[in-house]
Amino acid sequence: MVRLMALDPDTQSEIRRRQKSRAIITALLLGAFVVLVYAISIAKMVK
Amino acid sequence: MASAPIASQTLPAEWRDFWALTKPRVLSLVVFTGLCGLLAAPGHIHPVLGFTAILCIALGAGAAAALNQWYESDLDAKMKRTKNRPLPAGRMERQSALHFGVGVGVLSVVLMGFAVNLLAAGILLVSILFYVLIYTVWLKRRTPQNIVIGGAAGAFPALIGWAAVTGRVDVLPVLLFLMVFLWTPPHSWALALFVNSDYAAAGVPMMPVVAGTKATRLQAFLYSWPMAAVAIAPWPLGLTGPIYGVAAIVLNITFLALAARVGFSREADPALMKAERRLFGYSILYLFATFGVLVVDKLWFA
Repeated sequence: MVRLMALDPDTQSEIRRRQKSRAIITALLLGAFVVLVYAISIAKMVK
Repeated sequence: MASAPIASQTLPAEWRDFWALTKPRVLSLVVFTGLCGLLAAPGHIHPVLGFTAILCIALGAGAAAALNQWYESDLDAKMKRTKNRPLPAGRMERQSALHFGVGVGVLSVVLMGFAVNLLAAGILLVSILFYVLIYTVWLKRRTPQNIVIGGAAGAFPALIGWAAVTGRVDVLPVLLFLMVFLWTPPHSWALALFVNSDYAAAGVPMMPVVAGTKATRLQAFLYSWPMAAVAIAPWPLGLTGPIYGVAAIVLNITFLALAARVGFSREADPALMKAERRLFGYSILYLFATFGVLVVDKLWFA
C-alpha cells in the first residue's frame, strides 16, 4: 500500500482526482443497474 | 524522467483504462452480430429484456477481453500495436484487470440467466470460457491454428441473441455461427500478414510466422470458400428471402475476389501489402453488411 502522506502534493491531487472520477462512474453504473433491475422486474410481470 | 514509471504504478487506474480493457472496437462487432441474431429470430422479446440480453453479451465480451489482456500483458508489451494498452503501459495493476474481468463476466452470465433465459446464459458462459481458456491460455501461444479454433468464441453472439428470443438453437443461427467461425481465419490472417513482424517479435506462432506468407495467403483464400458457401446457404435452404440471398451472393463474390488477390499475391514487404489491407478492411464491412441484410430480409418477409 502506498501511503498518501509520503507522496508529493501533485501526486496526491492526481490520486484524489482519479478516485473521484472512478467513484462517480461507479455510482452512475450502480444507479443504472438499479433502474435496469427495476425495469426487468416490470417487464417480467407484464410478459 | 526516472520517477515517472514509479509514479504511474502507485496511481489508481483511470476509469478509461478499464473501458480500454474491454476492447471497445471489437465490442461493437460483437454487439452488432448479437443484436442481429436477436432481431432475426422468430418470436417476440420484451424490449427491456432484449436490451438486457445485448447488454449481457457486451459485458461478457468485455470481460473476456479484459481477462485476455490480463493473461497476455507480457505479449502485449512486445508488440507495437498493443504496447500502449493499460497493463503493458503500467497504468493498471494486473490484479485490478483480473478482478474486473471475473466480476463483469460473472455479472453478465448471472444477469442473463435471471433476466432472459438459462440457454442464453449457458452459451454466454461457454463463449467467455472458450475465449479465455481455450483460445488465450491454451491455443494462442502453442499453435498457428490458434485463431481457427479460437474464432468460435467470436461466433457465439448471434447464437446467444437468437437463443435469448426463442429459448432454443435452430439451423439459421448455427449457420451464422459457422459463417463467423470460417470468416475469422481470412480476416485474422490478412491482418497478421501485414503486421507479421509484430507477431514475430512477440513470439506468437501466428500462421505467417510459422508457415510463411505463401502458405498463409493460400489458407486465407481456401477458408473463404466454405465461408461463402455457409453464408449463402440460408437462402437455398429456405431460411431467408431473396433480399438476403442476392446480397449474400454479391458480398461473397467480392470477398472471394479480394481473397484471391491475397492468395496469389507475392508481395513480401508488409508496408506494401495492399491486397491484404483491402481484404482485412472489407472483411469487417462484409460481416456488418451480411448481418444487416439478414435482419432487413427477416423484417421484410416477416
